[in-house]
Amino acid sequence: MSATPWALEVEDLSITFRTDRGTLRAVEGVSFRVAPGRTLAIVGESGCGKSVTSLAVMGLLAPNARVGGTVRLAGQPLDDAGRRAARGRDMAMIFQEPMTSLNPAFTAGDQVAEAIRAHEGVSLRAATERAIALFERVRIPEAARRARQYPHQLSGGMRQRVMIAMALACRPKLLIADEPTTALDVTVQAQILALLDELKRETGTAVVLITHDLGVVRDHAEEVLVMYAGRMAEQAPAARLFDRPEHPYTIGLLGAAPRLDEKRGRLASIPGTVPDLYRPPPGCRFAPRCPFSIAACDAGQPEFRPLEEAHRAACIRAPLEAALAA
Amino acid sequence: MTALLEAKGLVRHFPIRDALGRAKGAVRAVDGVSLFVYRGEVLAVVGESGCGKSTLGRLLLRLIEPDSGTLHFEGEDLRALSASALRKRRRRMQLIFQDPFGSLDPRMTVEAAIAEPLKLHGLHKGRERERVAELLSRVGLRPELARRWPHEFSGGQRQRIAIARALASEPELIIGDEPVSALDVSVQAQVVNLLAGLIKELGLTFILISHDLGVVRQVADRVAVMYLGKIVEEGAAEALFRNPRHPYTRALLAAVPGQGQKPAMLEGDIPSPVAPPSGCRFHTRCPFAQPYCREVEPELDGLTHRAACHFQDSLPPAPPLREAEPDARLRHLQSFFDRETTP
Repeated sequence: MSATPWALEVEDLSITFRTDRGTLRAVEGVSFRVAPGRTLAIVGESGCGKSVTSLAVMGLLAPNARVGGTVRLAGQPLDDAGRRAARGRDMAMIFQEPMTSLNPAFTAGDQVAEAIRAHEGVSLRAATERAIALFERVRIPEAARRARQYPHQLSGGMRQRVMIAMALACRPKLLIADEPTTALDVTVQAQILALLDELKRETGTAVVLITHDLGVVRDHAEEVLVMYAGRMAEQAPAARLFDRPEHPYTIGLLGAAPRLDEKRGRLASIPGTVPDLYRPPPGCRFAPRCPFSIAACDAGQPEFRPLEEAHRAACIRAPLEAALAA
Repeated sequence: MTALLEAKGLVRHFPIRDALGRAKGAVRAVDGVSLFVYRGEVLAVVGESGCGKSTLGRLLLRLIEPDSGTLHFEGEDLRALSASALRKRRRRMQLIFQDPFGSLDPRMTVEAAIAEPLKLHGLHKGRERERVAELLSRVGLRPELARRWPHEFSGGQRQRIAIARALASEPELIIGDEPVSALDVSVQAQVVNLLAGLIKELGLTFILISHDLGVVRQVADRVAVMYLGKIVEEGAAEALFRNPRHPYTRALLAAVPGQGQKPAMLEGDIPSPVAPPSGCRFHTRCPFAQPYCREVEPELDGLTHRAACHFQDSLPPAPPLREAEPDARLRHLQSFFDRETTP
């Protein structure tokens, strides 16, 4: 038994890639924790480092990646080998496109049964029965018949349910869901997200939800980490983050995201584009696009500092009202 | 008021063939759609994958031929036009695609890509270069970029180039098929603002084909909702969002994330467009379906706000669209971003 209340602790994670173009600093100084039965959303746009962060936790990065920092699962530090061993047993991951994670040559039921057998020495028949029970659990109608079907015979939503069943097969402490509903239609997305919430409540699995969709974050996460260009921009409980965002990037992103429940004359538009991570700006990475930036922003990396309890931001200008009044 | 573009009873089925090339059914992509768009209006066609909205967009421009139905542009029968007359007509109707990577020829400079429609239609003869420069600044790109190649641009910049190219022939009608769906949120906002500005300044008529109801809420004057090849509801945007009449529209709106958790209203997946359900196509997933719905297909009914539901007048009231609380602090801080981008 470990004494830690955290299912997952990530400390000072850094990820660099050696490529022909040079060294790409994909992630720098990322730290976060997730409690059992809670969802942490990591949100940001393409290239912010949210997906590579989750792949690093799972030990799934390509060999040209250098990973620094520590990852602890239920208090146990995991090195590379530890991450591989824990994968599929103590931690599982589902992806945006379930078709690429499923083997087209095996039936859905056999794949889930194999996943169960890989970690528990049970008979094929017992594993198949468990697989069908899991299919029922993730509300696949006609579970036994669906288990005999191949991935291409299933809809996108059904495939994602199969992936969730497979992820749950070994009762993981941690489930990482990387854009799990981005490829799905909105009515199916609502079903899958509701299912993940329900399973999280029942099993106490900690969930890391990687998404670009602030609406999904609003409805399904307790904690939020906003990433920008490989670094942490802001972190807070979800209610706090939406109520009182402090990092200019979060503020801009919230203004740029069109909402069904709000008709605005104009969307806030963050000028420019994300920096080249082969040659990141010397200071705050958001400074070149930030309407609040001052000379000091270009001088050095802003410290990721607490503003309120459990609310932190990497911005020397925060809180902005005080900065603007000065 | 006459419509700029009017379609009646459009049908397009795509045959499915077996290994020997024998027809064994058809995808009923568009299965009897009537639609009109007024000059200067933004009409959004929304729906989930497979509902037929992209096929409809192509049918409206006669980029693909309908199996049946009529199509009029400013009262002129588009289906009766000869190939050369249609080409001339096309000058005034343009399409913008979702994928800014696929829609630009990688072997053409930006200038060549934008000048191509000018040459094709003999516009601005002798001063094509100046016109390209004008168009580039119109879409927020520096004219010096004209000599560059598509691969040198980001997705957002490419979509701006695609917009400049679409504007080159001075169209009255533009159809955008998911024009901002492939873009990151911050870039998407730039392009949405750009399109909204151009529509207003140039008096464009715009048909926005989109699955993103948040984007649609921001820009659409009128909305048509499609399900399995049919329009199930159509009306002024605010009326439709605030008082959806069709059960599918209600479920679609309720499923949009970010409104607080709601129980998912729909079970199951969209049925196959190869064999759509009998009667009302939505009856297999509709929480209000009656035996009658399986038998008889409903027609769009109503004056300005129309829905294809037998029981639209007797359904329990739709849960109201809860408007987000206005957040003065956030709006104030966000206004700094706009100051930054005003040209």
